[in-house]
Amino acid sequence: MNYSYTILILLLPILIFLFIGVMGDKMKPQLSGLLGTSGLLVITLLSYFTAFNYFGHRVGESFQAIEAFQLLWLQFTDSLIIHIGILLDPLSVMMLVVITTVSLMVHIYSLGYMKGEKGFARYYAFLSLFTFSMLGLVLATNIFQMYIFWELVGVSSYLLIGFYYERPSAVAAAKKAFIVTRFADLGFLLGILILSFYTNTFDFIALTDLNGLAITQPTTAMFMGLSVTTWAMLLIFMGGAGKSAMFPVHTWLPDAMEGPTPVSALIHAATMVVAGVYLVARLFPLYSYTSPDSLEVIAYIGSFTSLFAAVIACTQLDIKRVLAFSTLSQIGYMMVALGVSGYGTEGLGYMASLFHLFTHAFFKALLFLGAGSVIHAVHSNLMTDMGGLKKYMPITHITFLIACLTIAGIPPLSGFFSKDEILVAAFEHNKIIFAVQWLVAGITAFYMFRLYFNIFWNHTPEYHHAPHESPATMTIPLIFLAIASVFSGFVPFHDLVTSDGNLLHTEFHWMIAGPSIFIAIVGISVAYVLYAKKNSKPESLATSLKGLYTMAYHKFYIDEVYLFITHKVIFNFISRPVAWFDRHIVDGTMNLIGNTTVYFSGAIKKMQSGHMQWYIWYFTSGVLLLVFLVMYLN
Amino acid sequence: MNPLLILLIIPLLTIVGVALVNDVTKVRLVSAIGMSAQLVFAFILLYLFYQQRNAGNTDEMLFVSTTMWYESFNIQLKFGIDGISMAMIMLTAIVTFAGIFASWQVDHLPKEFFISLIILAGGVFGFFISLDLFTMFLFYEMAVIPMYLLIGLWGSGPKEYSAMKLTLMLMGGSALLLVGLLGIYFNSAPDGGRLTYDLTEIAKVNIPLDAQLFFFPFTFIGFGVLGALFPFHTWSPDGHASAPTAVSMLHAGVLMKLGGYGAFRVAMYLLPEAAHELAWIFIILTSISVVYGAFGAIWQKDLKYINAYSSVSHCGLVLFALLMMNETATTGAIMQMISHGLMTALFFALIGMIYGRTHTRIINEMGGLMKVIPFLSVIYVIAGLASLGLPGLSGFVAEMTIFVGAFQHTDMFHRVATIVAISSIVITAVYILRVVGTLLLGPITNSHYLELKDAQWFEKISGVTLVVAIAIIGLTPFWLSDLIREPLAQMIQTLTN
Repeated sequence: MNYSYTILILLLPILIFLFIGVMGDKMKPQLSGLLGTSGLLVITLLSYFTAFNYFGHRVGESFQAIEAFQLLWLQFTDSLIIHIGILLDPLSVMMLVVITTVSLMVHIYSLGYMKGEKGFARYYAFLSLFTFSMLGLVLATNIFQMYIFWELVGVSSYLLIGFYYERPSAVAAAKKAFIVTRFADLGFLLGILILSFYTNTFDFIALTDLNGLAITQPTTAMFMGLSVTTWAMLLIFMGGAGKSAMFPVHTWLPDAMEGPTPVSALIHAATMVVAGVYLVARLFPLYSYTSPDSLEVIAYIGSFTSLFAAVIACTQLDIKRVLAFSTLSQIGYMMVALGVSGYGTEGLGYMASLFHLFTHAFFKALLFLGAGSVIHAVHSNLMTDMGGLKKYMPITHITFLIACLTIAGIPPLSGFFSKDEILVAAFEHNKIIFAVQWLVAGITAFYMFRLYFNIFWNHTPEYHHAPHESPATMTIPLIFLAIASVFSGFVPFHDLVTSDGNLLHTEFHWMIAGPSIFIAIVGISVAYVLYAKKNSKPESLATSLKGLYTMAYHKFYIDEVYLFITHKVIFNFISRPVAWFDRHIVDGTMNLIGNTTVYFSGAIKKMQSGHMQWYIWYFTSGVLLLVFLVMYLN
Repeated sequence: MNPLLILLIIPLLTIVGVALVNDVTKVRLVSAIGMSAQLVFAFILLYLFYQQRNAGNTDEMLFVSTTMWYESFNIQLKFGIDGISMAMIMLTAIVTFAGIFASWQVDHLPKEFFISLIILAGGVFGFFISLDLFTMFLFYEMAVIPMYLLIGLWGSGPKEYSAMKLTLMLMGGSALLLVGLLGIYFNSAPDGGRLTYDLTEIAKVNIPLDAQLFFFPFTFIGFGVLGALFPFHTWSPDGHASAPTAVSMLHAGVLMKLGGYGAFRVAMYLLPEAAHELAWIFIILTSISVVYGAFGAIWQKDLKYINAYSSVSHCGLVLFALLMMNETATTGAIMQMISHGLMTALFFALIGMIYGRTHTRIINEMGGLMKVIPFLSVIYVIAGLASLGLPGLSGFVAEMTIFVGAFQHTDMFHRVATIVAISSIVITAVYILRVVGTLLLGPITNSHYLELKDAQWFEKISGVTLVVAIAIIGLTPFWLSDLIREPLAQMIQTLTN
């Protein structure tokens, strides 16, 4: 099978970006939207075609990695070379399908949602740039190519968060997102440098080859009690944690909701934020064989983040922020699954993590697009301004309900299957983590239905004008994604995407599934009691949990801590003194030298007075002095 | 005739042409034609260069020609180029071309302005093609002197102070440099024989170690002053702030590169053992430069000061990489010179254009420019992204080459210095995004800005030329990397043995 046509999957979006970017002002806005969308449709069909072919042709028992395209881009040393290429393996092909599907839905949805916005063409140009970067990231053949596209994804995210650039909060959020992830990327870059220095390669196939030097002969160098490889793998994970908004570098994601809602669905729910999970999965053999300690760290960070974010999500009033914290929590699940996983036949967690990534992309995109549809109708992000919408917006209501049931883990919807696999993997590895994840499943069901009831049930506020259902361009993607959310759980993931490319045998455990369904129903029931009708119970509950509630409402004050560090410490205690030191000490010294010279020349300038009698006087005294010296010193 | 001489003849003819015409439009036109011709010729030269190399010419220097100039001191007019000088010539031609268009609206003594500017450029071209230390120094001075006039006469703000400060500090550097060069000259024939200024000849002899150790600091710091080596960089913020647009562009874009180029080709290449012995001092100074400049830039409010401190940081990285003394890092250093030259020229051009409209350079006094002057703003964002190292633009490839090269050293000292230098990528993002956020985005702060006009045709030429160059390097870095790397293999071997 020849896959060289896959280069089109990368080329088309960048060409569309350049075309709309340069020509956008001269075209009708709708035309640029249609161009972007139809281009993406072609890319999506190409991706499906690729997936169909790839998963249809296995070599013997397993799937092989194929380098469909390879171009030398920059050579550092004899062995450290950056190629720009396309790597096809089960992981990247799966990601290809996810990204193009969600991106296509968002493109179509935005035709309606963004209609009449200023900068419509610019919006589609940026969407194409993002799609290009994200596809380049998942198709990368080597870690440096991944880093390149990683940065490009970051800048597309910056541009899209700051899309409403006249709004100061959007500008601030975009800046924050870029700088926080940039800080994490510093770790990623250092990790790449260390790893490549010791393994002498950037190439993924070489790095993750079980018989390759990177795995069979990892460096024995130690630094501060940990092996250098573990340092490298942890630093690389730091980059992943930044993009995937793991605690403590998660603060940018809730703020990123300042961007247009379809962007939140695409970038900050389904694709870019799972890049960290993808990164760990991509290097998984290396993590598993050379640095199990870092997997342990990943599991704990993931688990903590999922609990932490779920608690915050219960208190937020902005519906997009609830969804943002829910995203953090769900990515936490994926990280946990990778962290508890082994390789090969032990690789249940790996499979479960990517399975959850797959299903989450659909139901979370659906939730965001549904939220967008609601926001479009009531012109507010706050759930206090909403209520009783089920009779006004039937399609949005039904699809949103499906998404809520899916994320809550109600069978036979897709979220149930993927979350169940994660719980099984966690149970086999670490009982504490399992308990936390089980609890988080309940909290998830609670806050999602708190959201659902507050938007669609509860009391109906007085709307300025009656909310109405969104246009077909917006509801069709909702329906499509709802269908995907329902059925994507039946994709035989254990047969397609596994850590070693071989079939993984999995069993269904009622022992795990039973309690998880139970706690989900408990969560939904509690939400029903509190929020289905307007009553005073939520407030009295908040009052009785006052301390915890306030802390969670303020997101545990992490933002304030960062603000203190950046503004007080870096600005006032480093940058300002540096600027002062430079002006007054360094430059002061230079000026001092200059002024001293001027002073001394001032002192002797009187000698050049122009008066002949003084010159004769100097001359005569000089001669006399010399004569005197010559006579007496001899 | 040696094709390299054309690089000097074109500026000379342009100066004569400018001197002969009277009217402002014609002055601009003649300068533009001259520098366009120079740019075209630079491309022809690149083509000739590749042609020679492809034909199997493996000489260290191509297009070499020698003419005895002053017999008794053995001073020659010796010209020749390798891949590194070729790359620097391209940079100079592009920046000069863009600079002419950026100063289209200079109306105070335009004739004198353009003549001085072209003399400056001519000096730089002469410097990059010289293979004789004496003529190299001569061209170096030729490039520095017009700077005094250009700032003092056409500058803004405290221009006399700045012009004096810049010239005196650079002259101080020249004085150190002259001591260093003479030191090299008088030790160029340790086994007897004729003393020489010839760079390629000196490279073959072993200058005694004690002489190397004595003269290396003079030479390195002498060039380092021009390359904004901490703590001799303070001429840069004041000088740039007062200089007219095109002068800032040429100065930061090209002239500062003379520092890095000379520090490598003269100080380190001719005095290799001393370079090894003393590198640690300068590695400390340059890694300080990198973060210090970046932190300094965070606090500044004047656009030109921000860019000047940013240059301290980026140029610090150039010297830092050179001191790593391996092929990869050095390739990165030269790429960073090219990349920084293009970026900073673009920044200064844009700052000049924005200042011409808003009459202020203080970022807090401006806001929301994206809405009123989108073309200039988008270019500013691209320049900013290049500066913070976005892949696809030139800054990224240069920095990454440097970091990978620097990481080849395994000892703790080099590792720590490298990590300090790498951390600047975060600080750079902070100050760049701060400027972009305050200056270009957000609501329009001054209703009067609604009447501003976007870029005119000559401003577009200037900006687009530089953006295209930045993007070409960023998207297809391999050719530049190969061009630079080719002579380095042998030079680095000399350095490390």
